[in-house]
Amino acid sequence: MTFLERTTDARRFRQWEGNVEADYIYTSGVAGERFFVALRDDGKMLASRCTACGLDYLPPRLFCEDCFLELTEFVDVPPEGRVAAVTMAHLDRRGTPLSRPQVWALVTFEGIRGGLVHRLLVPPAKARVGLAVRAKLKARGDRVGAITDIEGFEPVRS
Amino acid sequence: MTQRITKWPGVELSAADLNEGKVTQTRFRPNAKYAWSAGEAMSRFLAELQNGRLIARTCRSCKRILFPPRMFCEVCFRPTDEWTYIQDTGTIETFSISYLDTDAKRIPDPILVGVVSLDGASPKMGMMHYFGDMTKDEIRIGMRVKAVWKPWEERRGSVLDIRHFGPLRKDAK
Amino acid sequence: MRKVGVIGAGMTLFRRRLQETGKEMCFEATKMALDSAGLTRADIDMVVNGTAPDAFDGVHMKGEYLLDGCGGYRKPYTRVFTGGGTGVFSSIAGWWHVASGLADAVLVVNEEKMSSCQPHPQSVFAHIWDPILDRPLRPNLVWIFAMEMNRYMHVHGVKKEDIARVAVKNKRNAVGHPCAQLADPKITVDDVLNSEVMAWPVQRLDISPPSDGASAIVLASEDFIRRRKIKDRAWMSGVGWCIDSTMWTDRDLYFPEYVARAAQTAYKRAKISDPRREIDFAEPYDPFDYKELHHLEGLLLAKKGEAPILTREGVTERDGDLPVCPSGGLMGVGNPIAATMGQKIGELFWQLTNQAGKRQIPHEVHTGVAQAWGDLMPLWW
Repeated sequence: MTFLERTTDARRFRQWEGNVEADYIYTSGVAGERFFVALRDDGKMLASRCTACGLDYLPPRLFCEDCFLELTEFVDVPPEGRVAAVTMAHLDRRGTPLSRPQVWALVTFEGIRGGLVHRLLVPPAKARVGLAVRAKLKARGDRVGAITDIEGFEPVRS
Repeated sequence: MTQRITKWPGVELSAADLNEGKVTQTRFRPNAKYAWSAGEAMSRFLAELQNGRLIARTCRSCKRILFPPRMFCEVCFRPTDEWTYIQDTGTIETFSISYLDTDAKRIPDPILVGVVSLDGASPKMGMMHYFGDMTKDEIRIGMRVKAVWKPWEERRGSVLDIRHFGPLRKDAK
Repeated sequence: MRKVGVIGAGMTLFRRRLQETGKEMCFEATKMALDSAGLTRADIDMVVNGTAPDAFDGVHMKGEYLLDGCGGYRKPYTRVFTGGGTGVFSSIAGWWHVASGLADAVLVVNEEKMSSCQPHPQSVFAHIWDPILDRPLRPNLVWIFAMEMNRYMHVHGVKKEDIARVAVKNKRNAVGHPCAQLADPKITVDDVLNSEVMAWPVQRLDISPPSDGASAIVLASEDFIRRRKIKDRAWMSGVGWCIDSTMWTDRDLYFPEYVARAAQTAYKRAKISDPRREIDFAEPYDPFDYKELHHLEGLLLAKKGEAPILTREGVTERDGDLPVCPSGGLMGVGNPIAATMGQKIGELFWQLTNQAGKRQIPHEVHTGVAQAWGDLMPLWW
């Protein structure tokens, strides 16, 4: 005996609509504050260094996920990184078609664990893994200390 | 060993640190919209509310009259058996006099809200609802109440088709 | 089933707002727990995370998000979640990892960052109600507690003064807690009774505050504890958990039957036949002052309706015959939902290993009980 046998006419079923309202402020955290203040004020990216494991973390973390040491030393991320993975978005996050495809990339830096996912500022045909790139920042006055202070990554002209 | 800890971790922030952007931060407002299927039991329950009636389900095994209605008995763990109407009168089991609205905002005129157990359902079975036509000084546990329905044309198939439960007068049936 | 002991504990400050991210809070608490046990992350076989609804932190699947801070990197890792009950239930999950023989040493890390939620965490509590039956009435979470408290007061003829004594006791006990958010050495019963009425009978000082915070414990097998020659340990002699009908308007709210059932399971496992005589102190879940009384009765440490009398007579004070919430509880230390493990399991460990400092119960204690409850359901250790 199942409930389905009792469902004589599914068209009679009602539905109830509602939304889940919520609003958030996320603090950057202790390590994140260092990162975003340096990005905003000095226009540079910092990594946190684990002296025990010889690892640098980007984005910087307060602790080494491996040896669990508290990390207090910060180092500059090299200005030039490489595209490690790339994708083309044809729809926005609501599923609406975009007028022009957006290029998104994971950018990594030599000797650094982690990386950043961000816009890749090249036409889709030129987007490829291995491309040498650097961050393009907003003007100093427009930076607020958030990941959007970076406009995207652009090819390093050689 | 914890007795030797002199500094317990945590950097306290004030409301101003957060709201005036004194620390870096990111804001986000999700927009999550849902349409919940009411299913068999709740669809009938809502349709009957629109008719101005309360309906329950019976379980032949434990002999309970289950309200709010459900298609399975959580005690016997078998499908329930029959639909049955219950009365729109009952007893206040508990209540609160609320000076808070949904978002914890303060309101001057309190909301009277509580649980009413309904006549015709098994003991203690009932629903949460508002109470009205009584003051905060008059409301008490054990008080007999009756549903005050919205006019037919205003009903939408919702628990709000009952405006509130008001005092049951002795001369009323 | 193998014997399991708590061998370390740690927690962050509990505050309305902390700058640390959830991960960072977890790291701080975890590191402290590992240090106190004399272990490193490499000694840990498995990790359990406990954290309440994603909607507080505003990070979906936040169990996974918190993983690295919990020491879970490249380890078997599980998040458990039972609402407010998570404060104790995650420890039960840690217990079964070790008791079963699957792991020798386990970290349990609980976290909540409620300040992310704007303007007040109250707003997302609205989404725990049934969308069809309850939400159209635009309920406030406090209503549930107000209705339960009123029913409890009505059935036993309890006065508000006797309930307010719990708030006073716990906020005063919290004065000895280094992480406390709402300790107050001078608070009186009148302060509670004169505080703002929120949803009668609940007034402002009957409620614990929302908080940011994290806590962690380390659990290990008897064999591991012997091999490592670990001296500070508290044995988990019994666990139990239970849930009632989620059709909450069908229950009589005056007595938590589910707590009694969970307690009976745990007492049986621990071979406790007379809990009132054999248990020396208790850390029941006290998000509201009356809840401590309600739960004491559920834990069978007081007869139905007797908990307010024991409180009035001073039995539940720190130097009483049955100290209750010597930590300061949620009422005094704060209520970062799941992270209240710090005042519950953490406090049991600190009291039983004589490390509670200013909070140490002045007489000798050997057996304690902790309990938590969530979303109209309950659990205990």
